[in-house]
Amino acid sequence: MTGRSGFSAVTGVVLLTLLLTSIVLSATMGYMKVPAGDVLQVILHRLTGAGSELDPVTVAVVTDVRLPRILAAVLVGGVLAVCGTVFQAILLNPLADPYTLGISSGAAFGASLVIVLQVFGLTLPPGLSIPVFAFAGSLGTLFAVLSLASGDRRLSSTSLILSGVIVAAILSAAIGFLKFLADEQVGIIIFWLMGSLSGVSWQNIVVLTPVAFAGLLACMLYGRELNIMATGERAAATLGVNTVQLRWILLVVCSLMTAVCVSVSGIIGFVGLIVPHLLRHLIGPDNRWLIVLSFLGGGLLLLFADTLTRAVLPAEVPIGVLTALIGGPFFCVIFKKRQADGTAGL
Amino acid sequence: MARQDSEILWQLDQVGFGYGDQSVLRDLDLQLEKGHCYGVLGPNGSGKTTLLDLFCGLLVPGTGKLELCGQSLSGWQSRQLARKVALVPQDFVVRFGFSVREVVEMGRHPHLGRFATLTETDHELVDSVMKEMGVDTLADRPVTRLSGGEKQRVAVARALAQDPEVLLLDEATSNLDIYHSLSILGLIRRRVREQGLTVVAALHDLNLAGFFCDQLIFLKKGKLLYQGTVDEVLHPDVIRKVYGVDARVREDGFSGCPQVSYRVPSSEFRVSG
Repeated sequence: MTGRSGFSAVTGVVLLTLLLTSIVLSATMGYMKVPAGDVLQVILHRLTGAGSELDPVTVAVVTDVRLPRILAAVLVGGVLAVCGTVFQAILLNPLADPYTLGISSGAAFGASLVIVLQVFGLTLPPGLSIPVFAFAGSLGTLFAVLSLASGDRRLSSTSLILSGVIVAAILSAAIGFLKFLADEQVGIIIFWLMGSLSGVSWQNIVVLTPVAFAGLLACMLYGRELNIMATGERAAATLGVNTVQLRWILLVVCSLMTAVCVSVSGIIGFVGLIVPHLLRHLIGPDNRWLIVLSFLGGGLLLLFADTLTRAVLPAEVPIGVLTALIGGPFFCVIFKKRQADGTAGL
Repeated sequence: MARQDSEILWQLDQVGFGYGDQSVLRDLDLQLEKGHCYGVLGPNGSGKTTLLDLFCGLLVPGTGKLELCGQSLSGWQSRQLARKVALVPQDFVVRFGFSVREVVEMGRHPHLGRFATLTETDHELVDSVMKEMGVDTLADRPVTRLSGGEKQRVAVARALAQDPEVLLLDEATSNLDIYHSLSILGLIRRRVREQGLTVVAALHDLNLAGFFCDQLIFLKKGKLLYQGTVDEVLHPDVIRKVYGVDARVREDGFSGCPQVSYRVPSSEFRVSG
């Protein structure tokens, strides 16, 4: 145990260092190369208000174009991975991810609906944009799924997963129909569905940051209870863990976190599924460590994918595609290795 | 221990429980005292597990009154109850690869504040129960890679780490081999004698009950049929009435416990051809 927590702590420090370095490195990359020293100077200048003799264009590119997008990648990736970890722990299902309760379908439906209505000539009132509708769609779906599952007083994972699957199936049929209606404009919907961080601004960061950190803190508070949940509902209840209450709180907290992210970035798959698995393989299943390390790992993976699509590839590829293309094969290797070890079933 | 020292733990007054209109337990009047080793016996579906679930607050009685230490069980907070009563379920399944030590440490949960970590005393207790259950050599192994018997010993160790006054065993040893079954029950038995632990064990095996328990509770179809000391109720007439089999009970000089041998009544043979 002590050995394991020691290793977890080291992993945490390594991940944090990697993440901070990557943030700086990523800011140097792009159409205009900016030396790392200049990036650090810009950041310092912005944080302390100290004077800087840098070219104003460089300052603008780094602070207004690159940093918000980089921070969004870190925050969105981190939140998705944390929510994936928590969902897998409360639903006792290694296949669970932040979208298991239909959050993504709800957001996609909200966004597609508005896009199609715009195609048919609707002009959005000022202050309302696609993200707002995506968020509303997520909330509506979450409400529908939870009220469907809450007929089961124990709020069992089977009821929750089944409710999520049913509602998502209905919504994806509806989304299919909307795509059909969108006709030639279907590309906008598809691009949104696959996720992108290209339009992110500082306003998004102002919303994302408190949501991400408050949510992370809330999840960390329940780390020990989440561990106990792994021994089954009956055993957990006799250890004084209120399993139903725990499920309610964490499902709602994580779904709200996810909904905020999805409204900013569109649907980015795979981070929430894969990062918890990779880290569990590395440091073990202790959620007291796993939750915070997932945040760092998820942020790192999404930042890597986003930098690739933003600055390395000749054309912007939807980031959801990249996360799956990068993470997928990596996951397969680990999965094969674990099968060989006889630990694949977790 | 003198009889008048005895302290009442659970007091059941006309307790009933059911799912929908299907009743599982009916009109139960029972009194369980501290420092005993109770065996809950009865055929499949007689309500043994349900009774244990009522005892540890997992289920709430539909009718009647259920008190623990003179206080209605619904008035107990779950953490407070968890410091008093621990349960060892029949099949202890852990979903992720927690190490044996991590799982046993979970037993300390009801004793810890939200931000507290294990103290030196907690670690010592965890070490000693792991040793007692013979899982100390497995401490760093993931529970997912243990055999059924090893897993069950981890479950008992975890329950003991809870430092409870009462241990509920729900068929806790039915998947264990004879050696481990007897040695675990023997260790628990010693805690009953030496530390005044109370045990309520749902059991299938009457011989094991004769070895392990001093008080027996016989249930059938959700009703209490007999309750008493082993000498009083481990009797052929009782066994016939509860299980529908012919039995002989004799004091076994070898094990020092009453032993039961059975056969299906001869009339049944005729029916089944």
